[in-house]
Amino acid sequence: MVRLLQSIKSMQSILRSYRRMSSSPGVVENTIRSKLQTVLEAKHLDVINESYMHNVPKGAETHFKVVVVSDKFDGLPLIKRHRLVNDLLKEELQSGVHALSIVAKTPQQWDESDKVVESSPNCRGGFGK
Amino acid sequence: MNNLLRRNLLPIYNNAIKLTYRPFADAATKEKIDKIVKNNKVVVFMKGVPDAPRCGFSNAVVQIMRMHAVPYDSHDVLADENIRQGIKDYSNWPTIPQVFINGEFVGGCDIMLQMHQSGELVEELKKVGIKSALLTAAEESPKSEEKK
Repeated sequence: MVRLLQSIKSMQSILRSYRRMSSSPGVVENTIRSKLQTVLEAKHLDVINESYMHNVPKGAETHFKVVVVSDKFDGLPLIKRHRLVNDLLKEELQSGVHALSIVAKTPQQWDESDKVVESSPNCRGGFGK
Repeated sequence: MNNLLRRNLLPIYNNAIKLTYRPFADAATKEKIDKIVKNNKVVVFMKGVPDAPRCGFSNAVVQIMRMHAVPYDSHDVLADENIRQGIKDYSNWPTIPQVFINGEFVGGCDIMLQMHQSGELVEELKKVGIKSALLTAAEESPKSEEKK
């Protein structure tokens, strides 16, 4: 069991990479934020533009991570929560948003968690092909 | 004028072609994917190959599979545009990687990572007769179990 925990730790370190740099939010970022906020009545919402981590032009809005805490996830399995978010952002995903990483928690799960969200894994150059 | 025409009409024209031909490609691709996902207990659609993933999210899934020593069939969506779009339509899921267990879509990188962390992955693998290497390791060291 300890080994299981160790491997989880090592997994997290694989995924840990530099945090986002600050910049003003773009149009897509704002749209994502307002859609999720309005429809899911998010208690906590982070929309993180991770595009800078990838081989795309500066200021691009292609790779996002969203952290959504909502009562609407209550009783829904993970896959349904993700589908809910994916469906809400369907237009964005069809028109330029290339990667969407989702953390979807209920307020209770969020309160019980350490509230630290790992950064997405580093790009390996698959973008654009 | 020519430029204007090209800019405005060409995309419409191209889309029309896509719309016309999609259904044919879709049916064949869907059938192909159906076979792929049912042919193996665990199937991963990813960018690149397990030895050289070409996307961080795909790499994370490969690492998880490696940790559990799961035998799986992998498909590089970058090598086949039909599969790349087809798999998204098939599972109604907009991103790559995608993991299938026993022919059923399980999730992408985020979900696999969470299932790995919660121990759910070990259980799901058990259901299809795959014993996770992490489980084997845990059994072989009962002392560390007590410590926990």
